[in-house]
Amino acid sequence: MSDAKRYVRPYGDTTGDGMIQTSFTLPIPFGPKADGAALQLANRMGMDPAMVVHSNPIGDDFTFFVVYGSVRHLVDLDEVKVVEREYPLLSPAEVNSALKKVLRRKLVVVGGCIGTDAHTVGIDAILNIKGFAGEKGLEYYRELKVVNLGAQVSVPELVRSARTEKADAVLISQVVTQRDAHILNTQEMSAAFREAMGDRRPLLVAGGPRFDPLMAGELGVDRVFSRGTTPGEVASYLVHAMQEKKGVAA
Amino acid sequence: MALLDLDPSVVATARELAARAAEPVVSLAKAHTTVAVERATLRLAGITGADSTHRAGDVPWVNRVIDTVREQCGLEHGVVLPAFHALREHNLGTLTELAEATAAGQIQFRIPTGKDLTAARKASTSAVSKGLRSVDRNRAQRDKLITKWGDPAQRPWIYLIVATGDIDEDVVQAQNAARAGADIIAVIRSTGQSLLDYVPEGATHHGFAGTYATQENFRIMRAALDDVSKEVGRYVRLTNYASGLCMPEIAVLAGLQRLDMMLNDSMYGILFRDINPIRTFVDQRFSRQVHARAGIIINTGEDNYLTTADAVDAAHTVTVSQLLNEHFAHEAGLPDHLLGLGHAFEINPKVPDSFRLELAHALLARELFPDAPLKWMPPTKHMTGDVFDGYLLDGFFNLAGVLTGQSILLVGMMTEAVVTPFLSDRDLALKNVRYVLNAAGSLAEDFRPAPDGLIVKRAHQVLGEAVGLLERIVDDGLLNAIADGTFGLMKRPAHKGKGADGVVEKAPEYFNPASEMLEAQSV
Repeated sequence: MSDAKRYVRPYGDTTGDGMIQTSFTLPIPFGPKADGAALQLANRMGMDPAMVVHSNPIGDDFTFFVVYGSVRHLVDLDEVKVVEREYPLLSPAEVNSALKKVLRRKLVVVGGCIGTDAHTVGIDAILNIKGFAGEKGLEYYRELKVVNLGAQVSVPELVRSARTEKADAVLISQVVTQRDAHILNTQEMSAAFREAMGDRRPLLVAGGPRFDPLMAGELGVDRVFSRGTTPGEVASYLVHAMQEKKGVAA
Repeated sequence: MALLDLDPSVVATARELAARAAEPVVSLAKAHTTVAVERATLRLAGITGADSTHRAGDVPWVNRVIDTVREQCGLEHGVVLPAFHALREHNLGTLTELAEATAAGQIQFRIPTGKDLTAARKASTSAVSKGLRSVDRNRAQRDKLITKWGDPAQRPWIYLIVATGDIDEDVVQAQNAARAGADIIAVIRSTGQSLLDYVPEGATHHGFAGTYATQENFRIMRAALDDVSKEVGRYVRLTNYASGLCMPEIAVLAGLQRLDMMLNDSMYGILFRDINPIRTFVDQRFSRQVHARAGIIINTGEDNYLTTADAVDAAHTVTVSQLLNEHFAHEAGLPDHLLGLGHAFEINPKVPDSFRLELAHALLARELFPDAPLKWMPPTKHMTGDVFDGYLLDGFFNLAGVLTGQSILLVGMMTEAVVTPFLSDRDLALKNVRYVLNAAGSLAEDFRPAPDGLIVKRAHQVLGEAVGLLERIVDDGLLNAIADGTFGLMKRPAHKGKGADGVVEKAPEYFNPASEMLEAQSV
């Protein structure tokens, strides 16, 4: 984007109108007072003017609202920090040939859901040949050996498998986030690898819909993938990380 | 009325193939017992409570007894003979006292012979009969309450999930859901419970993404639903999960606490939880016998295949699994009206004619299993987090449900895959269902798919593919088919998986009064 704008506001139907829509529930009975309360909340959220366009009771004690209004906030794009992909997206064929060149053997990936998390949908989307979003999973890549440990893998079991398989990379998936289970589990996992293998630990990659890619450091892993990640992105990252490790220019 | 003009001989062939595919597995199930079946039997015989002094935390007494019996004399004769012999030998009043003495190291278990054997058989039979009578009383009580308060006014019945992790919060949500129109409340279990090889004890308040299934939690929720049933003037049913490593025990607890429906799939644990296939088939058979006795509607899990495999390509695997589930259920004594066979609305909405394909699949299930209370499951795989899109998709799901005469409709949430549903999400979801029921609830009357149209052709194609796959399964063996990744793309070899060490081959002298009484009912 040349001549990029630095400050932006939400767009309803006119540039700069700042219009947004939101909905929420308050634990108060339906009525004029409830609508007033919703309006107050909207104002405090920065919506001014705000319109309560709809409200209805949910049982005797709750009211649901839909609110439209203009927010006064500006977004400063210079202050927005995200993890931008610093490596090229490769096709499966490119991944295979790059890995062959760097490693001269198959790259071993061990994956699973750790802790009590039984939701394998994320790890399966990345690993299973079936894949995700029209992209085949890592099992499809000729130069990748994939060991999917499935659900509810304990951390010691994961470390043991990573050792036995001589894993180059370990992928863990966390879907359940109640009481920050995804964060605590991942930290426990990275600590266990540090303790067991030190610098010779495999590449650690964590994925899950509620992870923030900026959290890699805090979690003690090399990379964090969030919602919507496709197998191709993960495979391309693995190539990139291997090249970095071997000091090969990408 | 039949709209698809299915060839009765093809349908008969499909059923016959399913029976042949299942046969070796049924024999295997009859030839083995498991730690979970033995624990379920002792629970029927009256054991309760947990060892709260154990260093591993609360260990149910039943686990202490089974583990010690297994260590000292094996389980191939069943647990009741050594247990009831020890009870008499040590002059103990109850199984719980026996468990305490076992934990204290005072009991040496052995297989009784002669008169002792006869006495142990008699005592255990009488204790288990008492448990089964309790199950029978609950069944009669359910019938009585349904007569008194009535069934839901409409079909499909509206099925809603609560899952807070805290049974007390669950009660609040469940009662509100019933007031808002839910006919069935399912309490989702804590993540990870399926792989626990024991049933936790007591009321629980700290589950992960769900609430632990315990006998006390069952009791609390059933009582709360009885209260609200009276208030809303219809019997609100309660659902939980007889799956995972404790399938038979949870089935027993459900029977003892008058649960009304239980998730219970013949292959789900194998495919999605990597539980040993033989363990699963043995546990499943016993748990289904208990459900049959308790009058509990089972819900099978075919929807899950479509979350991993493609819903169009793998449509016939759903039909095959339904036929297998039906056969296993019949074999275990469950009649058609207790078979909540599952299927789901999971075709990618970007596929052209996706709604017509959904109608074809749903109608096929309806016409193959006319007397089964089919369970219709909402979209999950293609819910993207765009809640507006999701709300529309759920509307089409509801329409397909009423148009094809589905029996139990699991209410779809627009926030699926985003957050656990807000109060308002649930309310909006019910509004969606109510709108469709009100606007199109009787549309089935006017719905006649063209005889050579896409819907009819597609249904015939899926049935044909299902027969083809069943033929391959019969040739290959069901266990091999599971090992090869036929269902849901998961490969699960027969000797692998969690809980394999809990499987025991029965000795010729194996004795289990529960099995004998439940077996007698299924003939």
